[in-house]
Amino acid sequence: MRAVITVIGCDKIGIIAGVTAELANDNINILNISQALMDNLFTMIMMVDMSECSQPFAEVSDRLKSCGQQMGVEIRIQKEEIFDSMHRI
Amino acid sequence: MIGNKEILETIRMIQEDKLDIRTITMGITLLDCADSDPSAACRKIYDKITRRAEKLVRTGEDIEREYGIPIINKRISVTPIAMVAAASDTDKYVDFALALDKAAATTGVNFIGGFSALVQKGYSDSAIKLINSIPEALTSTDRVCASVNVGSTQAGINMDAVRRMGEVIVETSRMSAGCACNGCAKLVVFCNAPNDNPFMAGAFHGVGEPECVINVGVSGPGVVKRALERVKGQDFTTVSETIKKTAFKVTRMGQLVASEASSRLGVPFGIVDLSLAPTPAVGDSVAEILMEMGIEKAGACGTTAALAILNDAVKKGGAMASSSVGGLSGAFIPVSEDNQMLAAAADGSLTLERLEAMTAVCSVGLDMVVVPGDTPATTISAMIADEMAIGMINTKTTAVRVIPAMGMQVGDTLEFGGLLGSGPVMKISTLDSSEFIARGGRIPAPLNSLKN
Repeated sequence: MRAVITVIGCDKIGIIAGVTAELANDNINILNISQALMDNLFTMIMMVDMSECSQPFAEVSDRLKSCGQQMGVEIRIQKEEIFDSMHRI
Repeated sequence: MIGNKEILETIRMIQEDKLDIRTITMGITLLDCADSDPSAACRKIYDKITRRAEKLVRTGEDIEREYGIPIINKRISVTPIAMVAAASDTDKYVDFALALDKAAATTGVNFIGGFSALVQKGYSDSAIKLINSIPEALTSTDRVCASVNVGSTQAGINMDAVRRMGEVIVETSRMSAGCACNGCAKLVVFCNAPNDNPFMAGAFHGVGEPECVINVGVSGPGVVKRALERVKGQDFTTVSETIKKTAFKVTRMGQLVASEASSRLGVPFGIVDLSLAPTPAVGDSVAEILMEMGIEKAGACGTTAALAILNDAVKKGGAMASSSVGGLSGAFIPVSEDNQMLAAAADGSLTLERLEAMTAVCSVGLDMVVVPGDTPATTISAMIADEMAIGMINTKTTAVRVIPAMGMQVGDTLEFGGLLGSGPVMKISTLDSSEFIARGGRIPAPLNSLKN
């Protein structure tokens, strides 16, 4: 199962390190990382593979959210299908 | 693989433009709960609903979290209670409403629809009992919604029922005067009521529907407005195409949530209802879309045409995106729930007459309209008759959800709070229609040829 993680907020040192440490903890594999600017906000987009993930989805989602709060950015994780369904026929 | 631009577009729609799944509604048939002993029937109703919908709210919350799309309401619609209660030896139908209310509270849904009767061609004994108990049912429960279908293109309009519903609305308002007359916000009078509508207050699980079904209502007026901002000044072909594409994307998401909910709950998927349903939040307004098209305010000349374009384009885009589109699918114009509609109504730009014209081209009717508390029941009945006639002749659903605000006059505002918003008391004709309403009987079904 693949999911998309987006990190939106002001750029600062340690964002990627913070997020990837969480993911490694839960045995989530990163497939792709890219950055973009949305309305002048730092935006990091990660595609991850959760098939080996050791935690339930809700747990991962909560943990990433609180990790984001500590760093002052907004982190969300969403299953890939939501984007596919909207943009691919 | 999906591109960054597309990912960010979806996130922006959800985050900034308030795109959401407005409701996952589970339709449950209650025909097998009929029993000559009314308390046994109520017990069966409670048991069946709580069994079928046990996991509805939790499943909705799981999907919301996993896909990152807000699912605002989880709701239940049931077989019109007039049919279920017909077998029971009682006149006290309020007990059925209390059973529904209790089942709704146990399952955690915020509304349950189906305290309903279908009387377009005439009354059954049971329908009369149900209609008579509506005021008490709506004021003694929190989550029960009632609806009465008084007309259809096939059957015509039951004018006895129209007359009675005017009285029922006034009585309901009087009985709920202490709670912002909110009993009336849970009561809809229909012409051509859809059997699979997931939206409240008019949802019920029609005859001919499966045993249990999942219907999903998607919304997103903010997304359409944002898309139109990008084609400012361009012609109507472009406007229509832009709305269609946006509606397509929004409905695709509804389809995903509907099929996911249906497979997790082990209940067949029914329909996706793509309706632009506004909320009082800024940026979640249908009137703002009309303004983006170029009219100064809702109510200006051009409003009806703008709404016609919107409603049609939404249907076209939505129909292509889902395996099964149903319900109302179009644009809703509830006055109290749309900040720009209510602003226009408050300053007199939007009149009841203009609203009525708008209902001829959109998916609902006179919705969440507040009128002075001293409006005679016969005037409200006549207002219902007008709206039903529009639906009957145009082969479309129309509805009336009107609130006579007890003790209030034009210029006052009735505060409902929450999703229901606040409604300015609108001016309604003070001319007398009582002789017209006193006639009763049935308006015959219209001719369906020689259309001009």
